[in-house]
Amino acid sequence: MDFDLSEEQRMLKDSVERLVADKYDFDQRKQHLKGEHGFSKEIWAQFAELGLLALPFSEADGGFGGGAVETMIVMETLGRALAVEPYLATVVLSGGLLRHAASAEQRATYIPKIAGGEAIFAFAHGERRARYNLAHVETKAKKDGDGWIIDGEKSLVLNGDAADYLIVSARIAGNANDRDGIGLFIVDARAPGVTRRGYWNQDATRAAEISFAGVKVDAAHVLGEPGKALPVIERVTDEAIAALCAEAVGGMGAAHADTVEYLKTRKQFGVTIGSFQSLQHRAVEMFVFIEQARSITYFATMMAGESNAAERARAMSAAKIQIGRSVRFVGQQSVQLHGGVGMTYELKVGHYFKRGTCIDMLYGDADHHLAKLASMGGLIAA
Amino acid sequence: MDLSFTSEENAFREEVRTFLKENLPADIREKLVQGLHSSKDDLVRWTRILNKKGWAVPHWPVAYGGTGWTPVQQYIWLEEQMLAPAPQTLAFGVSMVGPVIYTFGTEEQKKKYLPAIANLDTWWSQGFSEPGAGSDLAGLKTTARREGDEYVVNGQKTWTTLGQHGDMIFMLVRTDPNAKKQEGISFLLIDMKTKGITVRPIKTIDGGHEVNEVFFDDVRVPVENLVGQENKGWDYAKFLLGNERVGIARVGASKERIRRIKQLAASEKDGDRPIIENPRFREKLAAIEVELKALEMTQLRVVAAERNREKGKPDPASSILKIKGSELQQAITELALEVAGPYVAPFREEKEGHGWNEPPAGPDWASPLAPAYFNYRKVSIYGGSNEIQKNIIAKAILGL
Repeated sequence: MDFDLSEEQRMLKDSVERLVADKYDFDQRKQHLKGEHGFSKEIWAQFAELGLLALPFSEADGGFGGGAVETMIVMETLGRALAVEPYLATVVLSGGLLRHAASAEQRATYIPKIAGGEAIFAFAHGERRARYNLAHVETKAKKDGDGWIIDGEKSLVLNGDAADYLIVSARIAGNANDRDGIGLFIVDARAPGVTRRGYWNQDATRAAEISFAGVKVDAAHVLGEPGKALPVIERVTDEAIAALCAEAVGGMGAAHADTVEYLKTRKQFGVTIGSFQSLQHRAVEMFVFIEQARSITYFATMMAGESNAAERARAMSAAKIQIGRSVRFVGQQSVQLHGGVGMTYELKVGHYFKRGTCIDMLYGDADHHLAKLASMGGLIAA
Repeated sequence: MDLSFTSEENAFREEVRTFLKENLPADIREKLVQGLHSSKDDLVRWTRILNKKGWAVPHWPVAYGGTGWTPVQQYIWLEEQMLAPAPQTLAFGVSMVGPVIYTFGTEEQKKKYLPAIANLDTWWSQGFSEPGAGSDLAGLKTTARREGDEYVVNGQKTWTTLGQHGDMIFMLVRTDPNAKKQEGISFLLIDMKTKGITVRPIKTIDGGHEVNEVFFDDVRVPVENLVGQENKGWDYAKFLLGNERVGIARVGASKERIRRIKQLAASEKDGDRPIIENPRFREKLAAIEVELKALEMTQLRVVAAERNREKGKPDPASSILKIKGSELQQAITELALEVAGPYVAPFREEKEGHGWNEPPAGPDWASPLAPAYFNYRKVSIYGGSNEIQKNIIAKAILGL
């Protein structure tokens, strides 16, 4: 049990922090948001240069063999900067699907594109009626000679508008909620029959509604064994949850730091408002929520590589519950302790609040996971 | 960063588990499972079993009987004891006055007191709080006036836990009434059989007798019972209060109680359905388990950071352990009430440390649940109330 960073991990942390310090203050971020798909191509190129886009891939695939701890380090720093680049969509989600399901040939084709920053990937999985049920896939893939034809509608596809490639889940057999019968397909985002409508999320990230009308996919673009994709989707979603927890912790830490700084400088009644005990205690309660969130993030990170899917799922549910509660309290109180100025678009704390709220809603909010964890019998065996 | 236990640490945990399984007397364990209080004899018996093994004071320096375990091993030991469940050794001796004596005491004091603490030959009590000195401990008024080779002690201490069994009491007393309040305090060791000492029970809301008030009326104490220097007692008190932070979260004990609740809730039915199958109940339980898991990781962070920290300087983050640990212990006792339902109400008198005086109304296991709930309100009050802990974090960590 050792919470200290290794030499390599420290270097990774330093390099991401330096990049963010140089290129990603709140004003610079406003410029990045003006990029073509709501993020900065230059920043993305720098991510590639620093090796961040190659981080989780094996050395054999041209990556750095980073694990969940390395992803946590990156995500926490990106969370602090409120970075909007498609790291989650491309590296964590799509990269994860490639790592766990792709053939050697597919890995050789696509991983260099991600690692080099040449292509944006998005995972087109969510659907209008799925909510948080990962098995809910209505989009159909029909066999067509050696290949497949995909028809259906995907919703809330993170960075789907920016994507050069979409990894699409589609049902090859069974009914909408069956665990069996789901396949994964790599689709050129500009292929005939793909229609995308991109939009902003509350937190200034981007997503897209995407329809697939008779989209042809050849056999070389089938990812993993058709019909058996759900365990991979669950695994990658769990890895994404761990990564999002780290991002939330970074954001909460920064919002709290801003808030404490404000308490130390803002004067009313002739004194700094941080001298009032009710506000001090609120700031401490935020701190406790954040430290608990950080601790559960370590747990999620530790469990992200767990091969027992049920144990991993318990851990991710636990993490999502704590994170959901923490982001809510910390987000709301960051605004509250800033008073009126906390309501303004100009101030950063409100944006942390919004990002945290969206993170809670990704892959199951706190109550969804509470019901799930409870039905699994909790964390402690009787 | 490696977030799992090493194979050595896992092997150590197995060793500890085996020891507990083979050596913890069944009757002592069963009382704790049932939620009953241990007797003085239970604790003495258990401490002596531990002392024979050399594990009664594992956190002490090896020279005084410690084991030389790493902080992680200490943590594993603590956790496994709580999970067993085994009684915890008497904190007033092993965690409070013991470390003060081996750090600041004379050679004579070390020789005289330390082995007797490890073997629980001497039952130590704590004389810190006073009616007028709670959170503002330094405002204490009990005086010790030097007369030749003796101090003459007058005043009143309160909340003296298990003081009814006390052989010795360690005290904060005012030796310089004219100095600034923190600078006129000394640390004295007093034999509780000395003339002029009266111990009176305080009955708490659960109906139990755990705490006492202790009166001192011209109590004569030999000067060799002073620890360290006169008027430096506040430093020793701060040292004492900074120790034993890791155990304060009581994560292992909370886990053990959750296991118990799950077992009871699986057997107790509401109609045809076990309580555990009530989704609302189950979710409340799961929510506590999540916070407990986070707290466990927080605790491990504090433990792991210990080797990078200056000796004797507590991690201010450990205040979190106190706040969250107490909240969760309380939440668990609260949830336990829901298992018993209407059988929370019947009061049943407990013979101190010896089970019950009368038969139960309803299930036997329900009787201790309400008293535990009432009694556990104390955990957010003692050891520096949670509000005081928040003051500490605000100042020491947030710089407010």
